[in-house]
Order: sequence, then C-alpha cells, then structure tokens
Amino acid sequence: MVKELPIHQRADAVSSLVYEANARVRDPVYGCVGAISYLQNQVSELQMQLAVAQAEILCIQMQHEPSVAAAIPNPQQIMEFQEQNNNNNELTHHHHHHHQYLNFAASSSNVIHDSLSRETLFGHDMVS
Amino acid sequence: MISERCAACKNQRRKCPSDCIFSPCFPANDPQKFACVHKIYGGSNVGKMLQGIPTYLREQAANALYLEAKWRIHDPVYGCVGIISSLYEQIQNAEIELAKIQTQITFYKLQTQRVEAEPNSEVLQAQSSNMEQFEWDNPTIASWFN
Repeated sequence: MVKELPIHQRADAVSSLVYEANARVRDPVYGCVGAISYLQNQVSELQMQLAVAQAEILCIQMQHEPSVAAAIPNPQQIMEFQEQNNNNNELTHHHHHHHQYLNFAASSSNVIHDSLSRETLFGHDMVS
Repeated sequence: MISERCAACKNQRRKCPSDCIFSPCFPANDPQKFACVHKIYGGSNVGKMLQGIPTYLREQAANALYLEAKWRIHDPVYGCVGIISSLYEQIQNAEIELAKIQTQITFYKLQTQRVEAEPNSEVLQAQSSNMEQFEWDNPTIASWFN
C-alpha cells in the first residue's frame, strides 16, 4: 500500500501507520477512533466554554451602554444562538455515548479537505 | 434452509461455519464493511485482531477498524491521523481564543471596579468642602471639633 505512494510521502505514511498501530496496542478495541472520540469531546467542551465567555463579554460590554441594553437579548438567548451556529460547523454533535464516532464519519470529509500543514504532525509527541 | 454466509466468507468465497468469528461483525447486508477492512488490513489480520478481543466487544472493534480503513482509503498518506492532528489544532485555537476572551473579561471587571470606586471619592470631597463651609460660617462652634 505504501509502495503505491509517491516517494516524498512515504515517510509520513509509515509514521502515521505506526501511530495507528500504537494506538491500537494501547486500546485494542477502539484504537485511534477512541482518541478521535475523546478529542471531539474536548472540542465540544471548549466550544461551549467559548460560547459562555463570549456571552459574558457581550453582557459586560452592554452594561457600559445601558440605552442599548434594553434591545439586546439576554445571555441565555445569545448562547442558544451561538450553539445553533456551532452545530452547523464541521465536526460533530455532542452526544456523549460510544457511538458518536460513527456519526463523525459523515462529516469527516470536511476536516480532511482542510489544508493543514501536516509537516508538523510528527514533530512532537501527540500521544496523550 | 441455507443460512446466508457472512460478508467476510462471501468475499473470500468460502463456506461460512456456524462459529465464524466474522459473522457477528460483518453481516451479509453490508459487503462494503469487510471489503474496506480487507483492503487495508487483510482479512486474516482482522481475524487475528478480533480473536484477541472479548466476544462482546468484537462488533465495536470491527466498527472501529472499518472507520480507520475508510479514512485510510480516503487519505492514503495520513488516514485517521490527519483527523487527529486537525482536532489538536482546533483544540489549540479554541484554547487561545478562550484565554483571550477571559483576559478581556478580567480587564472589563477591573475597569468596572475602578469606576465604582471613583464616585465614593467624589462624595468624600463633597463632604470635606461642606465641613470647610461650616467652619467659615461658624468659627466658634467649629473650633470645638478641632
């Protein structure tokens, strides 16, 4: 399989295969997919914290202008609005059960098509 | 009645025994699943992997292998590791963004505290100028307090 790749990509391919193999040694049932599931949860968690922080700062900024405050939705409404926006984004939806990684497969192509500098991928230890 | 072969045995063109390790994980109605994992891992390797896993977890393991194989077919160089790296990047960016906003919040809160402190000092100044006026109007009485 690796032999079919252009030469300059073979080293990265082998490294990623080694990474996958190690992940499967550590977790024989879920392997890499377990790591992806865990990381997706982290992303969702952070996005929620971001939404809370953004709502809070909007609130604070509006307190500085009380005449505008009356027309503005309350923080709860802002957060719900932002959550709707976040749900339209690439990665997944945040139901915390084992099968969520299966949902991920449908949207994974969005992530894969993003242009990333993958040269940095193996420069540091990504094993959590 | 002929029981249907599982997807793995169909793919390998062999008989499907009653205790076939693949049949719970690769049902006949989804030939794509076994085809994918066979292409990337090889059927016999999949069988060996499944043997090392307790029976009740084998279907989950087969599903995970299927996903990994799909991603590897889609991206032959990085496979699912590409997704992991982009997730790490997302996490990093989100943490940076969060830190920025929390700093802003702290800044605003400090500003608000400073603004709230100032009106008090104005009141104090007003009080002391009242005292001066009182002393001017009532020099005798004011001297009792000094």
